[in-house]
Amino acid sequence: MIKFLLNQELRVEQSIDPNMTVLNYLRTHVSKTGTKEGCASGDCGACTVVLGELVKDERGGDKICYTSINSCLTFISALHGKQLISVEDLKDQGQLHPTQQAMVDCHGSQCGFCTPGFVMSMFALGKNIADPNKGEIEEALSGNLCRCTGYRPIVDAAEQMYRSTEQDQFDRNQQQTIERLKGLQIDEQPQLSDGSKSAINPRTIEELAEQLSANPTARLVAGGTDLALEVTQFHRQLETLIYVGDIAAMKAVDVFDDRIELGAAAPLTDCYNALANDYPDFGALLHRFASLQIRNQGTLGGNIGNASPIGDSPPALIALNAEVVLRHGSANRTLKLEDYFIDYKVTAQQPGEFIEKVIVPRANGTDRFRSYKISKRIDDDISAVLGCFNLTVTDGTITDARVAFGGMAAIPKRAAQCEAVLNGAQWNLATIDRAKQALANDFDPISDFRASKEYRMLTAVNMLTRYFVEIDQPAVDSRVVSSSVVEQYVPNKVVTNQNIQQQAQTGGAAHV
Amino acid sequence: MSSHNGDSHHSTLTQEQMMALAKQGLQTGVGRSVKHESAAKQVSGDAVYVDDRLEFPNQLHVYARLSDCAHGRITKLDVNPCYDFPGVAIAITAEDVPGQLDIGAIMPGDPLLADGKVEFYGQPILAVAASDHDTARKAAMAAIIEYDELDAVLSVEEALEKEHYISEPHSHVRGDSKTALANAKNSVSGSVHIGGQEHFYLETQVSSVIPTEDGGMIVYTSTQNPTEVQKLVAEVLGVSFNKVQIDMRRMGGGFGGKETQAAGPACMAAVVASLTGRPTKMRLPRMEDMMMTGKRHPFFNQFHVGYDDNGRITGCEMKLAGNCGYSPDLSNSIIDRAMFHSDNGYYLGDATITGYRCKTNTASNTAYRGFGGPQGLIMPEIILDDIARSLGKDPLEVRKHNLYNGMNGLNGFGQPLTSDDDGRDTTHYYQPVEDNQLPEMIAQLEASSDYQARREAIRAYNASSPILKKGLSMTPVKFGISFTATFLNQAGALIHIYTDGSIHLNHGGTEMGQGLNTKVAQIVAEEFQVDFDNIQVSATDTDKVPNTSPTAASSGADLNGKAAQNAAQTIKQRLVEFAASHFNVSNEDVRFANNHVLIRDEIMAFADFIQLAYFNQISLSSTGFYRTPKIYYDRDNARGRPFYYFAYGVSCSEVVVDTLTGEYKILRADVLHDVGASLNPAIDIGQIEGAFVQGAGWLTSEELVWNDKGRLMTAGPASYKIPAIADMPVDFRVNLVENRKNKEDTVFHSKAVGEPPFMLGISVFCAIRDAVSSLSNYKISPQIDAPATPERVLWAVEAIKKDSNQQAATQPETALEPA
Repeated sequence: MIKFLLNQELRVEQSIDPNMTVLNYLRTHVSKTGTKEGCASGDCGACTVVLGELVKDERGGDKICYTSINSCLTFISALHGKQLISVEDLKDQGQLHPTQQAMVDCHGSQCGFCTPGFVMSMFALGKNIADPNKGEIEEALSGNLCRCTGYRPIVDAAEQMYRSTEQDQFDRNQQQTIERLKGLQIDEQPQLSDGSKSAINPRTIEELAEQLSANPTARLVAGGTDLALEVTQFHRQLETLIYVGDIAAMKAVDVFDDRIELGAAAPLTDCYNALANDYPDFGALLHRFASLQIRNQGTLGGNIGNASPIGDSPPALIALNAEVVLRHGSANRTLKLEDYFIDYKVTAQQPGEFIEKVIVPRANGTDRFRSYKISKRIDDDISAVLGCFNLTVTDGTITDARVAFGGMAAIPKRAAQCEAVLNGAQWNLATIDRAKQALANDFDPISDFRASKEYRMLTAVNMLTRYFVEIDQPAVDSRVVSSSVVEQYVPNKVVTNQNIQQQAQTGGAAHV
Repeated sequence: MSSHNGDSHHSTLTQEQMMALAKQGLQTGVGRSVKHESAAKQVSGDAVYVDDRLEFPNQLHVYARLSDCAHGRITKLDVNPCYDFPGVAIAITAEDVPGQLDIGAIMPGDPLLADGKVEFYGQPILAVAASDHDTARKAAMAAIIEYDELDAVLSVEEALEKEHYISEPHSHVRGDSKTALANAKNSVSGSVHIGGQEHFYLETQVSSVIPTEDGGMIVYTSTQNPTEVQKLVAEVLGVSFNKVQIDMRRMGGGFGGKETQAAGPACMAAVVASLTGRPTKMRLPRMEDMMMTGKRHPFFNQFHVGYDDNGRITGCEMKLAGNCGYSPDLSNSIIDRAMFHSDNGYYLGDATITGYRCKTNTASNTAYRGFGGPQGLIMPEIILDDIARSLGKDPLEVRKHNLYNGMNGLNGFGQPLTSDDDGRDTTHYYQPVEDNQLPEMIAQLEASSDYQARREAIRAYNASSPILKKGLSMTPVKFGISFTATFLNQAGALIHIYTDGSIHLNHGGTEMGQGLNTKVAQIVAEEFQVDFDNIQVSATDTDKVPNTSPTAASSGADLNGKAAQNAAQTIKQRLVEFAASHFNVSNEDVRFANNHVLIRDEIMAFADFIQLAYFNQISLSSTGFYRTPKIYYDRDNARGRPFYYFAYGVSCSEVVVDTLTGEYKILRADVLHDVGASLNPAIDIGQIEGAFVQGAGWLTSEELVWNDKGRLMTAGPASYKIPAIADMPVDFRVNLVENRKNKEDTVFHSKAVGEPPFMLGISVFCAIRDAVSSLSNYKISPQIDAPATPERVLWAVEAIKKDSNQQAATQPETALEPA
């Protein structure tokens, strides 16, 4: 069985279909239809709900961490031990939550179908950041699509709700909820089975290793943000699921002097700080990696393990000379990440083996790591091309060149000929020009709906130009989203509600 | 008279207290930024959409199996395997439809289920109903379908070449464009592809039906056109219209995509429910919705324009070829509207505008905000940019030379008209432009957006920025308001006042988020001078208001607002006459003010007054009706006044473009838009902002891609990218034109707002072209098809680099590569 809180109501589930998503559970199983399905693929955010999870605070005490997730991509097993909060739960004694009231006051809902998702994303943001800035608001809402408003009133609502300092019912009930969450722990291993399909939640790496060895065809679920698509979009049945999200050791992020160790089940959100601190451009890349809801669920292990040629993290990790630790039973082996990928969706991972962690070397002081993501839309889009560059330059000579691409081949791959030109050459424009020519021989990309092969190649080549400019002439504006370009346009005004009120009066005056 | 009802909250007040309230005036009537009537329900999850309705124990769910062939004869269709799945109630094909198979909106051509042949990839062939959606889908996929594949026409150019049309080409002709072009001092010609657009309403198509004891159907559906769904459900069942009731409370977005496209799922569910006797629901998964339903028409537009040295157009020929998809649907009117808007706000001189209605083997393209208007309206904006580049002038200056004469006798530069301007006030379909506000609106936005200074700042920035280039553009919108099918310009409403003074309001329009119910309720509130909260709007219901027109063409508030006002005024007139006679005063002595009624010097609460009227046997219920005056159109001669009036807007966008990738960002957008006397400024601004962003999306990131089999490859939000939050302009300044009433007698002299601001997004497209043009020092006008995806922008950058290198080896090009 699994146990969780449906807001404050204890739920115990045992024989429910483990392929059921939290969205379908809410809408059909418990008839809470406030949460909407817009796409069932994690791209629109209409199904956003919030999970409350027991974590330790800085002083070792208990606290609840609230995260927004896409309920359409979350299997029910992930709820074990947690509190599930949906939009219906925000009203308190008939009064709208400040988040909801702000959306009403700022005219943030039109057709209203995306609204519950926005409300939940904003609610989670409010629980995590006391006074978020505009960038943090945009980040929190980048995974929520609205087709009606053009977003301005929603941003206004997000800004307005943070001026409310009053405690909500979740704050007031926090201690009680902590106790109830603690009470969800069960002795036996959490599992679900509907007779034909089953899911199990191991709690230690050892349990996982054992169960996967026994069931080598079982599918591992971490965030499930890719795997769930097999159910919701490709209509497959996943017979045996092993959910790794309850294994604390696999969710750890440890920073050592020489390396960062990222547990394979650590959500991307948790990896962000450690990586962004050493490699700011990795942070910038993670900001554009899907949406916050996906990053709250999705993991580095999953992004590597699904072996997509267009996954965003592998090229960056390869350029940083990262390694993966693979485990089988009690045996470990460590592999360069670039050697993990063999062919389209084929990896070096053997049956029964799983990714335990990812090891990234610490930055060596000079930050020459850059990543460039090309997509039709800046936020929450899949890369057409992703290029990552990490050059070491000593006394004007390139002593180590690591260049890796996604979207240019069947696997995330280093640009060998380009690197060969760069290695040992002088750091100057002539070298870059030769490297660009060599790069054209490294890859033979495909054309699809995201981009033509010619565009992929030209933008890949152009990345070298950009890389040289960014390192050599840092004052030059080089990215349309960089703060040097954008910040001067950010308006100083707080909320335009006042303008609307003014116009209301003017508009009204025209009638008399 | 206050003894009857202790609940009436004002009845205990003194006369003086009530007088004071009456003097305060109504706070929630017309012109106020009243909150959307559903807002509190929407934010809390309490608002019920069709799919949220409680299901019945014997509920059926329908899934349609779609064609995976763009054009073919069906040689085998076997649904027997569907029945192997437990829970399957029925599998239907075209043969099982009891009544009429065709559900074409105006002309036939849309079979509910494929009838022997398929004409696009994604066409429904059969439908399976089962106890749950998943079972229905699995069973439907088990059916056996075989085709004889036929040649498919997949592009508009191929259809044009083969004269493969859904109906004949049609032209608007003024003067002799051929001679004008021959005599023109300068000329420019070219062609451009304008992409389609997926509606991407967040709520996909959905209908839920319950069979009635009379062989009819109650239909809960997400549609902009309840009456048409009623008609089509009745027709596919073979029953009279009065057996079918449509209930439409709200849509999770429409944008035109639920004007005709909602009928398919409603009819399929109805056929299943009729054959099984069970309540039935059909909700389309996102991918099926995107593959099955029509979109904005892609266009291939060709032009040849003559102009003088000021850039003023003297003659113009345009060929606008719309990709209608496989069936007529609404395409005739849509291509017509593209033609009607090919002038935008400009006098085209001697002009021949021809619209081609191309038939292709793709989903039948349909209404989408602007209804073809945007695809025509963008043409002069592209052309005037081209003209400006050829003359070395600022595009805004060239635009001003071409505007229709302004309403105050001023030209585009704010100067008095001269004899050169004679006749420059009539469109190419001979409708006078009587209230052209564009000259003054452009002047106002030019000043408030600081256009000229920013133009200089951008030139300076571009000269020193090797990778990023900024662009700026100001484009106007003039959009005609009325259905061009004149008979549709009618509406009905129904108002009841109950004896507690509360008001029930119903009208023929549909709420899709645009705030129509809110505006109409404000109108009724204003008429009766009662609080907005005293009015309960209810689901659009064909039992309450019959024979409604679709909520489309931006007409919702214009038509239904007037109809509701008419109903309110009818009741009000009865009440006034009653009071005059009852209290022995004149009609003029009876006034309604802020929830009270003044009868000469007496005052009473509205609720008390209504009680009194009831006891005196006054009818407190009325229908209302409205039809738009003045409009007519003679299509055979392409002349008339198809539009009651025009709505105007101007936008100015600044973008930054990355010349290494073609990526871009909207840095600032200034908008000035004309809504007449606004019914609700907050809602109007919401419409304008939303439309701008949607319009910008149409022309930038929203790209529809089909493969060579005619399959839509961008059939979900993972591949089809509508604007996200970071795509809104960094600095977004939207203002309404102030103190400007509609000169026509519209409801409270407001103007329609749904569609016109969509085309404000064109300034983003033109600003991207401007940024790319900077690479040639504004000598070359880049050719970019819409949508201007980063890839298309990069190819334009590459082309212009090549051209300007060839054209001016002496011209020191701004270094792309750092020195």
